[in-house]
Amino acid sequence: MEIAYLAAIVLFILALYWMNAPKSARRSVSAGVAAMALAIVATWSRPEVVHHLWIILALIGGVVVGVPLSRVALTAVPQRTALSHAFGGLAAGLVGTAKYYMWVSEGAAELTGFRMTAIVVETLLGFLTLTGSLMAAGKLHGVSWIPQRPVIYPLQNMTNLALFALAVVVGVSLIIAPAGPWSGVAFPLLIALSLAFGVLLIIPIGGADMPTVISILNAYAGLSAVAMGFVLDSRLLVVAGALDGASGLILSIIMCRAMNRSFTNVLFGGFGQVQETAAAGAEDRHYKEETIEGAAQTMEMARLVVIVPGYGMAVAHAQHRVAELYDQLTARGTTVKFVIHPVAGRMPGHMNVLLAEAEIPYDDIVEMDDMNPDMEQVDVALIIGANDVVNPAAREKKGCPIYGMPIIEAHRAKTVFAIKRGKSPGFAGIENDLYFRDQSFMLFGDAKDVIGELTKQLAVDEAA
Amino acid sequence: MSRKTAPIAGAWSVACATLGAVSSAYADTAADPSGQTWSSMTVLVLATFVGLGVIGRVSRLLHTPLMSLTNAISAISVVGSILIAGSDFPPMIRALGAVALFASMTNIVSGFLITERMIKMFKERGEKK
Repeated sequence: MEIAYLAAIVLFILALYWMNAPKSARRSVSAGVAAMALAIVATWSRPEVVHHLWIILALIGGVVVGVPLSRVALTAVPQRTALSHAFGGLAAGLVGTAKYYMWVSEGAAELTGFRMTAIVVETLLGFLTLTGSLMAAGKLHGVSWIPQRPVIYPLQNMTNLALFALAVVVGVSLIIAPAGPWSGVAFPLLIALSLAFGVLLIIPIGGADMPTVISILNAYAGLSAVAMGFVLDSRLLVVAGALDGASGLILSIIMCRAMNRSFTNVLFGGFGQVQETAAAGAEDRHYKEETIEGAAQTMEMARLVVIVPGYGMAVAHAQHRVAELYDQLTARGTTVKFVIHPVAGRMPGHMNVLLAEAEIPYDDIVEMDDMNPDMEQVDVALIIGANDVVNPAAREKKGCPIYGMPIIEAHRAKTVFAIKRGKSPGFAGIENDLYFRDQSFMLFGDAKDVIGELTKQLAVDEAA
Repeated sequence: MSRKTAPIAGAWSVACATLGAVSSAYADTAADPSGQTWSSMTVLVLATFVGLGVIGRVSRLLHTPLMSLTNAISAISVVGSILIAGSDFPPMIRALGAVALFASMTNIVSGFLITERMIKMFKERGEKK
């Protein structure tokens, strides 16, 4: 039995180890599935498991819901991920609750300080991850009754902190007196406070911060699994939870760095507040538009084309058209590279998955830091629905809200074409200096249509 | 482990040690004869270091599948849910376990399937459709 758990731990670590390159990653899933199967069989066959009907029903239910969830379109992967963090949080919260009431009914001696601390942490993290992730999933999916824009009200941080402090106080009181006279109220109160805190934590957060928030929720889900491991005295759970937590942590750090912001700034910063003043500044500048024919001509002359995709490509589901453009250009002998900003899209790696779906080889995806030094050699930079991540103001304008954020330096390319749906500024509400530079031209319209026509024009020119 | 993550791992270990010390001060030794607190804390600290080391090496291309894979892995909470739903406990408690089991199983199935689906899409140049 214990040996099955140990084998599962080894397989989980191997699964993550193999994720270092796309080729070996194909083994990762098999290793993970094998580990999971081992753990389930080993647990189910334990002598204390005597009731089987509910287990079978719950497993079937999980398969029935899980299979369709794995078939969603890749543009919907961020909300699916958020939803699965919510399920993880729910499971942790419920197990914590069940264990608490079980031990209470068996007598207060069972509730040692250690177990009670673990239960409080598990319940708190589990339920706040549940509602927080549900809110995030709702925002990402564009559910109508959840506000898309950050919701900001006076004393917001004070309210949140007060609520969190209250939850901690309730938690500590439960640890000191697990079965005290008020514990009948305190435990449900702890659950309610955690649920409320999860909602309040997410409502002030806007779309472009989602990659960071999803990563942080991932870390919380992992930590709640660790706490569950402590409650159940299961090393397997502690290890798996720690792996999940470490992954969430690393991704959060990468996301924060890529935006030049700190954790606290993302969670408590309220990005919306800075914007109003910033947007009021530079007005009265004019976009230079380019026709499809003109853009196609410039691209025909180019030897090196760099494509910078952003959330706009995902919204327009334009990845397959982008692949056609890629095929058309590479067939002419043009070198095409994709440069992806770490926070492009709504979750870490979002753009890479979309490009992979469109069968664009990953060798042609270059990291921002590797491309920037060679930007001068780029003949055409094509920006597809990306905005703040290419805004040179982040380099040049002190005091602008995104100042200091690492950017893809498209402004150093010889020519810039930007595909944009409308003339409104990006998420951060800042005018993009790049679009007004001498070498920049706009192609207004839906990304899918514009790229489709561009490809068609290139094909026509080739035939002529 | 990279320079970025090492200080975090260090701080984390200190936090774990403190938490362990505080909670073992509460737990009387009769209730915790095997030293569960400390051995669990040790496992946690070691696993965190392994996790930071291994995940720091994951290709940036694969961050989305990484997240869905770790999601499925952390659904190992099925282990706990099975014990609660299947043992001879009062029905209310078993019901909580069954719902938790359902939630974890959903994550296992959808997490592994979608990871598999995404990883298969990543192709090198020349590796034809």
